[in-house]
Amino acid sequence: MKILVCMKQVPDMESKFRINDQGSWYDESDLAWRMNEYDEYSVEQAILLKEQVGEGDLTVLSIGPKRIQETMKKALAMGCDRGVHVNDVKVHEKDPFEIASIIAEFAKDKNFDMIFTGMQSQDRGSGQVGVLVAEMLNLPCITTIVDFAFDNGTVNAKRELEGGVKAKVSAQAPVLVTCQLGLNSPRYPTLPNIMKAKKKELAVVEVGDLLTVESRLETPKISLPEKKSGGLILEGEVGDLVEQLVTLLKERTTVFA
Amino acid sequence: MKTLLVAEYRDGRLLGSTYDLVAFASQLGGESAMFLVGSDSDLPQYDGTLYLADSAKYGEFNPSVHKQLLLDVIDKEQPDMVVFNHSSYGWDLAPRVALAMGAAQISEVVDIVDGALVTPVCNAKLRREIKAKTAKCVVTLQAGAFTLSGEPSGTVAVEKIECDAKSLVVFNGYEESEAGGVDLSKAEIIVSAGRGIGKPENLEIIRSLAKALKGEYGASRPVVDSEWAEHNRQVGTTGQTVSPKLYVACGISGAIQHIAGMKKSEFIVAVNTDRDAPIGEVADVLVVADLKQFVPALTERLAG
Ligand SMILES: Cc1cc2nc3c(=O)[nH]c(=O)nc-3n(C[C@H](O)[C@H](O)[C@H](O)COP(=O)(O)OP(=O)(O)OC[C@H]3O[C@@H](n4cnc5c(N)ncnc54)[C@H](O)[C@@H]3O)c2cc1C
Repeated sequence: MKILVCMKQVPDMESKFRINDQGSWYDESDLAWRMNEYDEYSVEQAILLKEQVGEGDLTVLSIGPKRIQETMKKALAMGCDRGVHVNDVKVHEKDPFEIASIIAEFAKDKNFDMIFTGMQSQDRGSGQVGVLVAEMLNLPCITTIVDFAFDNGTVNAKRELEGGVKAKVSAQAPVLVTCQLGLNSPRYPTLPNIMKAKKKELAVVEVGDLLTVESRLETPKISLPEKKSGGLILEGEVGDLVEQLVTLLKERTTVFA
Repeated sequence: MKTLLVAEYRDGRLLGSTYDLVAFASQLGGESAMFLVGSDSDLPQYDGTLYLADSAKYGEFNPSVHKQLLLDVIDKEQPDMVVFNHSSYGWDLAPRVALAMGAAQISEVVDIVDGALVTPVCNAKLRREIKAKTAKCVVTLQAGAFTLSGEPSGTVAVEKIECDAKSLVVFNGYEESEAGGVDLSKAEIIVSAGRGIGKPENLEIIRSLAKALKGEYGASRPVVDSEWAEHNRQVGTTGQTVSPKLYVACGISGAIQHIAGMKKSEFIVAVNTDRDAPIGEVADVLVVADLKQFVPALTERLAG
């Protein structure tokens, strides 16, 4: 069984973001980088599937500059067999259509039996890439899955809807699924597996070799949101903070009434 | 600007979020028409053409078929913009339609500024203005970002539509979320734990404060996904919607899906080490502190 999982490296969302000099994106210096949270679930599900069928080849693909190899190594240490790093220092300027085209161009003649992506990325959150890849490759696509079972070529998945309701959906492989938070429990790479991952193949492909389309979205302007809230910010010693909050709760709420 | 609004049906009912689309279209100005896979039994209140496909025949979830039904209408109406909710239905269908149209898609629009559409980046810590380069475009709207000022009104002119596209997936019905447990929507005081609690043992800190305040405890999604708390404790779009007198968010960053479930609370306190956490946007008070120190100290003060 041939499996592809698409993974993105994103900044830690607890970072303090600043705007770059051109005002076109966030300043990438001083950020800590990690695996997109949604992709942790898709990497895990891909590995679980390979373990279930007992054979196969699992490729993790990621697009970005050299620093993404660190995160790719994590995916390899979790259990992917090989990595394909699509080298692109300007990945942040690509729109979802271009990103999907790059992935589809890579995948089109490889006959993957299953493709896993996250339902969205934590930084841009377009939620488009997985669906676009499936449409470009003419594959059935099930988005936002919180449950996945594979039985003899049939995918039985549950899509998560608003309010926690689920839609039960099935399709015949090859299928692309986009993974939602909570789908499984992503494993932590063990030290021996981290060592083993160092020997796994990590091929580098230049983005120019796979990109055949033009962007459809205008170079964005990016800004910090104006602070709208008139909310109070309390800082200081814990003891003082407790007193201040209790006073506020007495004045402004009826919870002690 | 001519828009085509894609309304949504669930379990035989029109979803109220349909009116967000109407609000957005009227803010843009210009003509609009609506598309729905639904039925005559629950029609939107809207003055305009409604292209209606029968959900009994085409299913409420059947992307390849809904796509074809919609493309036929797009062909006829020639809208400049096709508008979806950024919902499990919308984010699934929109990219399929955009690709088939050769159009750009802008996801999760929260605002319109000088003709550009604004979308959140990095958990709403940043805002981004985007324009489509293609003549037509597809957009999805963040839940609650555009709302009607009054009650919906109007009468649709129904035009029935059909198609015979092939399904690529089989929809086997819905599964309700587990019933039972606490009904947080009735709680007057809720103290919620987020991922910032760090480890499951620390949930006790949150429960103790809830108890000291005579309230219930809730949780954000990661806490539930990690099985540190039951799903019936989850607050947010895929959990419960609450409106207590006091909501205390501990170690919760304030993602839109969480905020959507608690923003109607009367008084919101957030406890977070990150002064810039987006929860600050809705909080009446943001206490910048480590919850592991602050919350037990508060509990002790209330007990004493
Ligand atoms: C379709 C969809 C539906 C969703 N539905 C829901 C939903 O119903 N409910 C929901 O909650 N989420 C939902 N989510 C997930 C949501 O997008 C966020 O991922 C989630 O809300 C984040 O939870 P969190 O704030 O607890 O964690 P994080 O975003 O990781 O935030 C943790 C916070 O804790 C703070 N922190 C860390 N350590 C400490 C400390 N010691 N003391 C104080 N603060 C600390 C950090 O500064 C940070 O702000 C949904 C997502 C999607 C895509």
